[in-house]
Amino acid sequence: MASGVEPQTDEVRHSGGGIDAGHGFPYGVPFEGSLNDGPGFAGSDAPVEADLYRCVHCGLCLSACPTYVETQLETESPRGRIALMKAVHEGRTGISERLVSHWELCLQCRACEAVCPSGVPYGRLMEHTRAQVQDNNLASPELSRLSRLFLRAALPHNARLRIAGHLMRAYQRWGLQRLVRRAGFLKVLPGGLDEMERQMPMMGDRFFTPSGRVYPARGARRATVGLLSGCVMPMMQGDAMRATVRVLQHNGCDVVTPTAQGCCGALNLHAGDLELGRQMARRNIDAFHAAGVDFVITASAGCGSSMKEYGDLLRDDPDYADAAAEFAESTRDITEFLAELPLDSPQAELPWRVTMQDPCHLAHAQRITDAPRQVLRSIPGLQLIEMAESSLCCGSAGFYSLIQRDMSQRLQRRKIGNALATEAEVIASANPGCMAQLEQGLRNAESEVRVMHVVEILDAAYQAESRA
Amino acid sequence: MRSSDFLEELRAIVGEDYVIDHREDLLVYEYDGSVDRSMPRAVVLPANTDEVSQIMALAYEAGITVVGRGSGTGLSGGAITPPDGLQIAFPRMNRILEVDSINQTALVEPGVINLDLDNHVRRFGMRYAPDPSSQRACSLGGNIAENAGGPHCLAYGATTNHVIGMEVVLEDGEIVNLGSQAREASGYDLRGAFVGSEGTFGIATKILVRLLPTPESVRTFLGIFPDIDSACTAVSAVIGYGIVPAALEMIDALSIKAVQNVTDAGYPNDAGAVLLIELEGLREEVEEVTKEVESALWDTGAADVRIAEDDAERERLWVGRKTAFGAFGTIAPNYYLVDGVVPRTRLTQMLRKVNEVSERYGITIANVFHAGDGNLHPCMLFDAREPGIMDNAMAAAAELMEECAALGGTLSGEHGIGLEKKQFMPLVYADEDMAAMQRVREAFAPQNRLNPGKIFPDGSYYRPAPHPAAHAAGLYA
Repeated sequence: MASGVEPQTDEVRHSGGGIDAGHGFPYGVPFEGSLNDGPGFAGSDAPVEADLYRCVHCGLCLSACPTYVETQLETESPRGRIALMKAVHEGRTGISERLVSHWELCLQCRACEAVCPSGVPYGRLMEHTRAQVQDNNLASPELSRLSRLFLRAALPHNARLRIAGHLMRAYQRWGLQRLVRRAGFLKVLPGGLDEMERQMPMMGDRFFTPSGRVYPARGARRATVGLLSGCVMPMMQGDAMRATVRVLQHNGCDVVTPTAQGCCGALNLHAGDLELGRQMARRNIDAFHAAGVDFVITASAGCGSSMKEYGDLLRDDPDYADAAAEFAESTRDITEFLAELPLDSPQAELPWRVTMQDPCHLAHAQRITDAPRQVLRSIPGLQLIEMAESSLCCGSAGFYSLIQRDMSQRLQRRKIGNALATEAEVIASANPGCMAQLEQGLRNAESEVRVMHVVEILDAAYQAESRA
Repeated sequence: MRSSDFLEELRAIVGEDYVIDHREDLLVYEYDGSVDRSMPRAVVLPANTDEVSQIMALAYEAGITVVGRGSGTGLSGGAITPPDGLQIAFPRMNRILEVDSINQTALVEPGVINLDLDNHVRRFGMRYAPDPSSQRACSLGGNIAENAGGPHCLAYGATTNHVIGMEVVLEDGEIVNLGSQAREASGYDLRGAFVGSEGTFGIATKILVRLLPTPESVRTFLGIFPDIDSACTAVSAVIGYGIVPAALEMIDALSIKAVQNVTDAGYPNDAGAVLLIELEGLREEVEEVTKEVESALWDTGAADVRIAEDDAERERLWVGRKTAFGAFGTIAPNYYLVDGVVPRTRLTQMLRKVNEVSERYGITIANVFHAGDGNLHPCMLFDAREPGIMDNAMAAAAELMEECAALGGTLSGEHGIGLEKKQFMPLVYADEDMAAMQRVREAFAPQNRLNPGKIFPDGSYYRPAPHPAAHAAGLYA
């Protein structure tokens, strides 16, 4: 090795200094050609250069990313995932199973986007990347199966979804589940289905059904609002939907639930099924336009986030671009809407100890963290105790818990640990996926703590008031 | 040794999951926070000192180059690994081992994130003072390698002033201790020599840092100025009053625009420059100095002076400052940051030079920097895919560094020399000086197996290849 000040030549610097001795070359000589023969990005839904190169790889996203925090691996970080997209874009590698595995481990929680100093639209980049993966049939078998069986076959079709919901409820209620599990029947199902069965969310006792009727405002009317019914929420959390309607009525809103509406398409968009997502968006735009409402309200943070992005999604559709932008403009999360009104503060005391779990698509995608807390603080006697890492993803992430079981459960345990450390009696949330995930985590931890939507807590306060 | 055998032995040390050698995965270990890029042959992520020592001994036996990496947020190419080298990455060694509130110290592993340490010790009424802009992501190990600074280093000094002792693994795997448990050590200050050695002396595996009590009172000012000249005068005026603020930062119009593109930090869009000033201390003391700062700002032509009314507003002002580099992504996809230092009294002169160079080379340059320290950060904003632009930026940077040296300053305030600035070392050091430095390095790492090819000029430096896709599309014809 050279020492002193003689300039070191590359030969000296690297002779024998490498793992593959004899192949030394100076720093930073970029390799030529592609690492594999996988496909590149192509077509109109590919990640766009302007989005990709907005990332200056500063690394400030790392500590916000749940999968990086859990694995400490750069491949499982937002910066790393964008670097892989750039490498495909630059032709340095094709899309491969390995790249797809890193992209699919992403929860699409968008915590990185909220802290990014460059404003990189990470959510959009990931949706476009997944669209490319789908187009090339390179999605993992688990994701492909889920797309086929659920995202494409059920979600866009209200009637099929209902039937599936009823069947699932029957399966869960009539002891069939226990029977099937005990009989070991699931073991013979094609790979992975038994896993999915175990992750199946519990169906609620009473579904909520959009009826087309108007639920009238109580007192002076302040607004006419349309309520998104959604896909699984009315089946899993019918109670929260009904509480939403009551709370809106209480605050002077006529509430309409158009029958022509359907699923918002968020899960399809996250999976990269952009065309189907656009069709579902158009259906909702038409349904709520026909209903003539001032605002479109959702009690699901994930849906609200997608609906607020309909404008971006349909900006190249000459027939829908304007209507989509208008729809996005009029969309409100229920907690956001209540805080803006502002809501009628309940009078009766509700002496509960509550901790707030920020849904990613509320805190990060919509940047709303204050509104749910404002709603909770408006309740006399309620004690709000903050948990550590309240906005770190709980691992639900839509269909993620079905296909990335290990990471999902690691994050679930972390979240439940943080929540229980507050010694709260109730975990408040504002998204159906999070609520199901938290409930399951609490069952596993054999905890008595309850999970409630923020509006359910407010509704309970109003009811205590009317009883008083 | 055959590479497959070497990798197998690495796996035996750290486990299957923590040796990364597939080239598709290595694509994410070839960069840091700046413009350099090089794919290592493999990356290994150890969990403790013992594993680090075994890895180092193994690499030493096999004659393999080793480069350490914290979070990969560096701005001088310090963690960039040569194509046949082994990268040791430290994110897994992220435990805060001990906080001693009586002696006001903390013992940490090198992968601990700067801000995590600060947040952790705040509950005991203490703080870790050095606060690089990347503190949300950067690691203490990286901070030591680069002797990192930050806005609050004006009052409290850079990393070296806050490191008491270290456990270090040398290039052959030997574990040694530098510094002491006590505040002072006798004999040569080897700890001092190690801090800022950019990963060429050894790998720190445990770090004992000094903590400070949190101040009783903090006040943050935003001085708004019509142009950068008057803001520079204000810097001199503040210091002229005999005030040493905890922080004194300048943000120019272009940087304000970049920041406000992404978040509303509360900077006025039409300002020529703003000064972010922070006072800390006892309540009465801060109260008294407040008047002096205000009059210094008004006297030098401030258009407005605002004081943060609460923690939220204070936080917002700082978020703007600390995310400015990232925010340059809204203006151009690449930035090259010059980290030069000049005596405070030469700031105006230096900034005029920056402006002149920017115009002559046709390169946009933004300025956001530690004005109180005279530590400039002229930041060239460009698109590396444009042919020839990198050479142009490098030439402009060379002129700026020459000017810093000519004004009695130096090349780097806090980011290190690394790959990016090594060819400029002769501007400030004679050959004999650099030879003396190399002899110190030889005492720690005689085989020069740790992060070689950095700091000292050797005729080679990195130039990124033009962007293939952009060329195919004829974007830059």
